[in-house]
Amino acid sequence: MTKPPQREADVAVVGGGLVGASIAWGLARAGQRVVVLDEGDVAYRASRGNFGLVWVQGKGLGMPEYVAWTKRSSDGWKEFARLLNEQTGIDVGFRRPGGFHPCLSEREVEGRANLLARLHNQPATVKYDYEIVGRDRLKTMLPQIGPEVAGASYCALDGHVNPLRLLRALHAGMQQLGATYLSDHVVEQINVGGREFRLTTRHGELRAGKIVLAAGNGNARLGPMVGLKIPVRPQRGQIIVTEKVLPFLNHPIVTVRQTDEGSVMIGDSVEEAGWDVSVGTGVLAAMAERAVRMFPQLGRLNVVRSWAALRVMTADGFPIYAQSEHCPGAYVAACHSGVTLAANHALVLAPLIAKGSLPAEQFGGFSPRRFDVPAIA
Amino acid sequence: MFRRLPDVDDATIEVTIDGRAERVRAGDTVTAALFSVGIESHRTADVSGTPRTPYCMMGVCFECLVVIDGVGNRQGCLVPIRPGMRIETQRGKREVGR
Repeated sequence: MTKPPQREADVAVVGGGLVGASIAWGLARAGQRVVVLDEGDVAYRASRGNFGLVWVQGKGLGMPEYVAWTKRSSDGWKEFARLLNEQTGIDVGFRRPGGFHPCLSEREVEGRANLLARLHNQPATVKYDYEIVGRDRLKTMLPQIGPEVAGASYCALDGHVNPLRLLRALHAGMQQLGATYLSDHVVEQINVGGREFRLTTRHGELRAGKIVLAAGNGNARLGPMVGLKIPVRPQRGQIIVTEKVLPFLNHPIVTVRQTDEGSVMIGDSVEEAGWDVSVGTGVLAAMAERAVRMFPQLGRLNVVRSWAALRVMTADGFPIYAQSEHCPGAYVAACHSGVTLAANHALVLAPLIAKGSLPAEQFGGFSPRRFDVPAIA
Repeated sequence: MFRRLPDVDDATIEVTIDGRAERVRAGDTVTAALFSVGIESHRTADVSGTPRTPYCMMGVCFECLVVIDGVGNRQGCLVPIRPGMRIETQRGKREVGR
């Protein structure tokens, strides 16, 4: 069914999930001839199983560059969504009403306040407003909370989006811009010669001047072929979805959000389970119980679906961006925040890759070279 | 639209449908009772708002969702009618606390 592969491309993007598609869209927009090589329908695809937050608060303790990078993407999202809508007619449902991280005890509130304070006290960290909200004030901002909620952190930069429509918009958009999308084209081997890369798939060979590894957990296998060590591993998250209800929750909550069509999603479990994507009632029940303590009204809703998906987790949790030193022209983009960072990937990272370099002052901290030195306690 | 088989029991009970008292046949499901009083569209779709009518009558299609005794999104085709039940056809999505 697939078209025979285009023989040559300016850039071959390996991976057609949110990270790969965002970059491919940005590259095509910058005038590059792009081919996206993707796995088939049975791929482990975080892009089809994620929670859909565009989230800022709490991210980046240990890497100030990541704080700034995340905030920049959040700030770029409105324009990004507008561009996608204008081009494809698809409204990806981006909203940024501000998000809450509720706490179910005073102790949790204290822990949350400490974490955010430490995050913002890091040297050279970009500042943004957030607030630790006590129960009384929270009750006025978020009247739906249950009696056990002791407080919350609030950040006006937090929002959410419909991630499935985002993926569809990116695929439609990049192809309108001339990119070629090839499904069922698992990259088996990458050879480097002269000034080009040759990518071997079961359907033949593709030659490209540059490549971008955006294959999620597949990057661990592909990286060494172009001299990049990319320590990523799958990390399981489970999600519960309820029947659709009339809008009752305008703000995204870090573990609960109501989608634009009315479903309530409950998520954010974290498990080290290898490649196992099975769901378990133990974890689902714990998630549901916590969600109902936060919002008691949820207790009456029927669950219509649950699933597990695999995050793309780097060794320290922060994104990896780099151009290979051994094989210039080979880039990697690996992170678990493919939704939040989509605006940056499309509007900042892709144009730089099109130009041919990632400035060290901006991207040096994201290089996988950070894994080569022993961590300082 | 629907006709009864000739060999059914004729015992009836009283329920409330969209605020009106109605006599319906004992032993019917909620969905069958709504059909029997001439209501064909039992809900409107939760996203598009278009009128819908039940068609599987066996718990699969979810087009029979109604509000029963104040609880939304009940599958009328799986709920036996009971005396005094309050049944409302459902407009779009249910409410979270209802």
